[in-house]
Parts: sequence; structure tokens; C-alpha cells
Amino acid sequence: MAKSHVTMTINGAEVEALVEPRTLLIHFLREEVNLTGAHIGCDTSHCGACTVDLDGKSVKSCTVFAVQADGAKILTVEGVANADGTLSAVQEGFRMMHGLQCGYCTPGMILRATRLLQENPNPSEEEIRFGIAGNLCRCTGYMNIVKAIQYAAAKINGQPFQEAAQ
Amino acid sequence: MIPGAFEYHRPQSVTEAVALLAKLGPEARALAGGHSLIPLMKTRLAAPDHLIDLARIAALKGIRREGETIVIGAMTTEHEIVASKLLGETLPILIETALLIADPQVRYMGTIGGNAANGDPGNDMPAVLQCLNATYRLTGPKGERSVAARAYYKGAYDTARAPDEILTAIAVPLPPSRAGWAYEKLKRKTGDFATAAAAVLLTMSGGRCASASVALTNVADRPLFAEAAGKALVGTTLDKPALDGAAKAASAIADPASDLHGPAEYRKAMAGVMARRAIERAKARAKG
Repeated sequence: MAKSHVTMTINGAEVEALVEPRTLLIHFLREEVNLTGAHIGCDTSHCGACTVDLDGKSVKSCTVFAVQADGAKILTVEGVANADGTLSAVQEGFRMMHGLQCGYCTPGMILRATRLLQENPNPSEEEIRFGIAGNLCRCTGYMNIVKAIQYAAAKINGQPFQEAAQ
Repeated sequence: MIPGAFEYHRPQSVTEAVALLAKLGPEARALAGGHSLIPLMKTRLAAPDHLIDLARIAALKGIRREGETIVIGAMTTEHEIVASKLLGETLPILIETALLIADPQVRYMGTIGGNAANGDPGNDMPAVLQCLNATYRLTGPKGERSVAARAYYKGAYDTARAPDEILTAIAVPLPPSRAGWAYEKLKRKTGDFATAAAAVLLTMSGGRCASASVALTNVADRPLFAEAAGKALVGTTLDKPALDGAAKAASAIADPASDLHGPAEYRKAMAGVMARRAIERAKARAKG
């Protein structure tokens, strides 16, 4: 089968490659571009560990062919930090609120939360939970992930973060 | 999991896509959002030799009003449906339904055309589109034709679409602005297919039901237009006996399999329960 030529902008850098059409985006990112931040969890479009941002959409990169992303702008967790190397608001939220335990779901959670806050900078707890429904975490029970995203929202909006009373 | 090898094609127009389908034959498949087909390919339940990616065909995108009809391009994503102001004003039931499909990531990629065309009995849009009496516009080598959603589904993944045809758009007649509507979906968890689900559209006039249509998701090998359930409501005040009758009629035509969603008897009963709840909510929304 003929390989396809693809060009993508990944974390701000242009990447060109020849790919087999059947190459999934997650395999392309991890094995061809050596960006191993996005994880393969379930490999069946359920868990969201492979979530990356593709042209402003959160996508499960295990269910997208690399050829479909030809010409796209892609953001992975390796490109989320601020330009000066400091943590983004979402990353800082996960750190400060203890939003991870084993860390396996975290890159996908951070990418999804980053997109969610761009679309809705001031989400309610319910909107956060609905917005991360495609990302599974088997450690935290989600409490601290929700707090991490609330922390990030407060930071983005220049407000002090206050934990809701339990 | 790595799918079988295939050749990738990216047509720029419907004409080009249809010509490719005709030329490459039955081993070619159209690729929409990919969130049904790619998982099937990863498990090798599907192994097409050619994929024809419809994503770059601009004519398949967008939602517009044509007189008394809303026309939705087949490649419009569920996410775009949720965000559509026009649908919010005219067909909010499509937004309610889209929000019950899978999860945010899947909704960014999954399309209404793929959801409708595929013939997966678990998909949510087909029953809703049957309820709304939508029409599917298909284009093939011989030109364009229309098929009613109520006549499109023959069985699981078996539809009126010929292998060399592409679903290009879905045309939905504008419901009366006073109509009530609801889609009720019972599911085990977020993102799941329905254990049973029901779509309802009805109008009231002088306290009595003037028209009603009911359709069911995932309780047979195809979506079911529950004609008798709708008829059981017309002329009534939507009181308890009318709702009992409609729920019974909906349950009666359900023919689900026993599977991980539950035993057949349970799912059959739930078809009636979902119909009842959808009617109740539609009634509360209807004016007149």
C-alpha cells in the first residue's frame, strides 16, 4: 500500500512524514514523533488517555488516522506549558490540587481540561464533570481533578481559588 | 490494535467521492467521523481495501434553513449540532439527543450523517429522525434521490443506501413552534448505547393531543417508528390511560436481544417506560 505524505504542526513545530494510511495518530505521535505524553489506555475510544487537541477539538488519537490529521495543528501535553517553561494554569491546578495519583490519565485530562476552559472559561462543577466524561481515571475518584480544573479556571479568570465546602 | 492495510482517498467533491465508490467497488468504504468504522477496523470486524475520507468536502458541512425544512449536511459533527443556534431555535430535540451521544471527544468527530447512515441499531439519531419524519438525501452514480428515515432501515447495518451511494444531507421538516418534544435514553453509564430510548414529538390543541409521533432506539435490529404508540395519543388529553396505551404499544413492538444492557424482557419493558417519560416531558413542553 502506498504511503501518504502528511504535514502537521505539532506543538508549534512543523512535522513532515510518510505514513501508512492505517497508522493511528496515537502511534504516529508516540513512535514517529517521539511524543510519548499521550498514552494508550483502552485502545477502544473509551478512556481518553490518548486525548490530544486537533484543530481546536479534543480527540481520542487512538480513533483517528494520522492521514486524517494532514494539515492539522496538534497540541499534546508536551506543548501545554507556558512559553517561558512555567506550568500552564491547568497543569498548575493538577499539581496544587493533587489532581493525579498514578498519572496515566493525566495528559489526556490536561488536554481535555485545557480545551474545556477555552470554550467555557467559568464552568460549573456539573459542566466540568460533563466536559471530562470522555476521560476515565481509576485512582482519584475525580474529586481532585474537578478541583484542579476549578483552580485553573479561577487562575485564568484572575480570581482567588476557593474550594467549595464539602 | 492496528487495522488492516488500506488505500486512503481524499476527494474534494461529492461527485469525485461517488465516482471513487463506483470505481473501487464493494471493498471501498466512505469514512465520516470514523468513530464507528475505525473501532470496527481495529478489531478487524471491518477490513476495507479503500477508505474514502469525506472530511474535506465542503458541500457536506453546515446547517441551513430551506423554507420549511432544516437541512443538515451529513458531515456536520454532533459537537456542531450542540452549538447550532439555528437548531436551538428550531429543532432542540437534536441538541438534547446529541448531548446523550458518547462523550465530548466523540462528539467533536462523530457526524450526524455517519450516525444516521450506518444502520447501527444502537445509534441515537435514527429514531429521532424517524420521529421528526426526516428525509435522507443520497447521491450515487445515477444522481440524487431521497429516502424517508422511516423507510431507510432494514436491519442491523442493512439500509436502503446502495453501496455506491453517499448520504449527503438530512432534511427535517420544521415542527410547529408549539410542539413538545423529548428524547429519553436509559443507559448504564455516560457514553453508553441505550438500554432503551424513545423520541417523541407532539402537538396539543385545546387541551387535546392533535398529533404525535414516537420512535424507539436500540430495542430491535433497527430503529422503530412506533406508529401505534403515536396513534394511541391523538385525540386524548394525554391522561394516564392514554399514556398507558402508548407505552404498551411501544413496548409491544420492541424486540430486543438479551445482551450486556440487560435481558430482553427488561429492555422491552424499558422501551415502554422511556416512551412514557418522553411523552410526559413532551407534554410539559407543548403549548396549546
